[in-house]
Amino acid sequence: MAEFEPKIIAFCCNWCTYAAADIAGTSRIHYPANVRIVRVMCSGMVDPIYILKAFEMGADGVLIAGCHEADCHYLNGPLKCDAMFEKIKRVVNILGLEGERLRREMIAAAEAPVFAELIEEMVKQLKKLGPSPLREGVKV
Amino acid sequence: MEEIKTGVYICHCGLNIAGTVNVEEVARYAGTLPNVVVARDYRYMCSDPGQALIKDDIKNLGLNRVVVASCSPRMHEPTFRRACQDAGLNPYLFEHANIREHCSWVHDDRQIATEKAKDLVRAAVRRVFYNEPLEIKERPLNPNVLVVGGGIAGIQAALDIANGEHRVYLVEKEPAIGGHMAQLDRTFPTLDCSECILTPKMTEVGQHPFITLLAYSEVEEVAGSVGNFKVRVKKKARYVDEEKCTGCGVCEEKCPWKVDSEYEVGMGKRGVVYVPFAQAIPHVATIDKERCVYFLKGKCRACEKFCDAKAIDFEQKDEIVELEVGSIILTTGYDVFDSRRIPQYGYGRYDNVLTGLEFERMTCAAGPTGGKVLLKDGRQPESVAIIHCVGSRDENYHEYCSRVCCMYALKYAHLIKENTQAEVYQMYIDMRCFGEGFEEFYRRVCDEGVNFIRGKVAKVTDVALTEGEQGKLAVIAEDTLLGGIIRVPVDMVILCPALEARFGAEDVAKLFTINRRADGFFMERHVKLDPVATATEGVYIAGCCEGPKDIPDTVAQASAAAAKALSVISRGRVVIEPTTAQVNEVLCQACGRCEEICDFHAPKVISKDGLRVSSVDAALCKGCGACAVVCPTGAMSVRHSTREQINGMVEALLEV
Repeated sequence: MAEFEPKIIAFCCNWCTYAAADIAGTSRIHYPANVRIVRVMCSGMVDPIYILKAFEMGADGVLIAGCHEADCHYLNGPLKCDAMFEKIKRVVNILGLEGERLRREMIAAAEAPVFAELIEEMVKQLKKLGPSPLREGVKV
Repeated sequence: MEEIKTGVYICHCGLNIAGTVNVEEVARYAGTLPNVVVARDYRYMCSDPGQALIKDDIKNLGLNRVVVASCSPRMHEPTFRRACQDAGLNPYLFEHANIREHCSWVHDDRQIATEKAKDLVRAAVRRVFYNEPLEIKERPLNPNVLVVGGGIAGIQAALDIANGEHRVYLVEKEPAIGGHMAQLDRTFPTLDCSECILTPKMTEVGQHPFITLLAYSEVEEVAGSVGNFKVRVKKKARYVDEEKCTGCGVCEEKCPWKVDSEYEVGMGKRGVVYVPFAQAIPHVATIDKERCVYFLKGKCRACEKFCDAKAIDFEQKDEIVELEVGSIILTTGYDVFDSRRIPQYGYGRYDNVLTGLEFERMTCAAGPTGGKVLLKDGRQPESVAIIHCVGSRDENYHEYCSRVCCMYALKYAHLIKENTQAEVYQMYIDMRCFGEGFEEFYRRVCDEGVNFIRGKVAKVTDVALTEGEQGKLAVIAEDTLLGGIIRVPVDMVILCPALEARFGAEDVAKLFTINRRADGFFMERHVKLDPVATATEGVYIAGCCEGPKDIPDTVAQASAAAAKALSVISRGRVVIEPTTAQVNEVLCQACGRCEEICDFHAPKVISKDGLRVSSVDAALCKGCGACAVVCPTGAMSVRHSTREQINGMVEALLEV
């Protein structure tokens, strides 16, 4: 049987982490293809609904990544994202998902290698955890 | 509802994408997706023929949605939006899938990359289904420009704009403009005197009818966006009336208290009330409140007694100046690396270990030694070592090259040879002499009999091992050309410290909402193709705040930033991004959470036809979406980042 390949949805802020992923591309820094990036204007724009939708649809991991606090294009987006994240983390726990499946990171535009390393690390971790219990066909 | 007809275009980008992704297969797959009426692949979608494909299909097939899968939208989204617009399609009905930076360039397995590209295209096709046409509005702009930082970069930018007869506000936090350049003696490789070329420009700034100089001032708050920034500047109290002060210097002469002069980097003294240097612009005195005995102990006021112009004003208060500008140029400069951080070089412990800036002051005719190269005891040195890369090209401090040190080190060698009989040793890692006239200057200094020792210096010590080292400083280094450890006894050591990001650069970046690189300097929008723009529209950067550079590069960059600002001005109006928040008044419960979370005061609960609803001021809204997240009823959404669009992408990405 083929090795389990986790699916990761990454909500990346346009100004920092999306740009970091772009620079990873320009610099040809390779990382696992398990991640699908959804571009958002700000990490503070990520609605809990998107995260729940991703898990409902069978994502094995979800990443919300944006600017460091000082870099925010909209002043305080990361703080707002953190507040949302604290709440949704609890909901995700209640749903019976391991905490490691939902990550919140700050990655600046200049930190392309950090982005690549993070994806590598997440994929490794999710492979250990196995498929999300919410995936169709998986017995909980 | 009208039928959705989507056209999908897969770009090969030469082999950049097609080398890893099977683009034909992706195009065939795209053709099978719902609402897609045409799917093509082409070598370069951004080329004229590539764009013509889109335009022709919009006209001939009646497309009302377009997806291009190619490079990053941060690269070519504007290109394809324009192509759509040219063909009569609202640009917001376009969607970009990033299959180069996020796919072909970061993966090497052809099959896996192709599958990922299909996923990304499917997500874009789903998203574009929910895209709505948005109206692009324009508004008039304010032609005034704010320049922050009065070094050579700020001076050049301000003059370029003011000479076009547009108002410039030049804000400088120090009492006078001139920056680091005003402290330099001569400039490489031509050896023209820094003051001689800088002071005419400073004077021009001081007298220019279109420049308002706000020295001893700092920007406190910035609001608004390109075309219409509102800026709050604090004009710090000098305790001297700028209008009355003639800059005669009597107050400084009579001031009984002397402190280290910043301008002379501690090698000379100044009064507590002082004019920073002879050619200072504005040429007025400032009282250093922190150290003024009157402010500390309530007695003295000597300066006041002797001031004929009656300019001293101990009652003066900080003043807040509100400015309205259309664009902003940041030229906040650099700090010099603190050489004490490398204790083994002995700076601060040994009298005759100097920094480059101290040596600049020493060789300057108007400087503390009257231009003579002297040891602390007043003798002329018989030997001098110049240590390159102090804190630069060093993974313990700064990995980058500071770009100016090799050249000024050569200049020092030349000036020492000119003024003394001393032997000069250049202790370098690599000689980097890349600019106009640099290599020629290097050869000239080589011919003057300067010794070049290739290797990083480990230590400077006063512990003599031989008689020849008695009373001298021994510079211990590895000579990588001879392959051994050497000790060079010298009388004087000059350190070439790194240029580093300003202390407080983080706060400046936050104030103007721009990004910084890992090395702390401000980040340009595109390192090659947009080097003076930043992530924030209408905010530009120039000079050493963007990274270490020499005077010619700084001036070129400052003029580039000025050209950017002038281009905004000459267009005469700015586009208002339509991607702002909107309220569904039927769903809105007027709870006011949107109002609470917004940092820009865009949403407000108002009474409308007797009903309480939230209403968004589009001019203030930045489209960050925080209000939509906290809205409990889903009434609030951000145009072009709606729940349908983002959830649609998530669904599409995971449904296979």
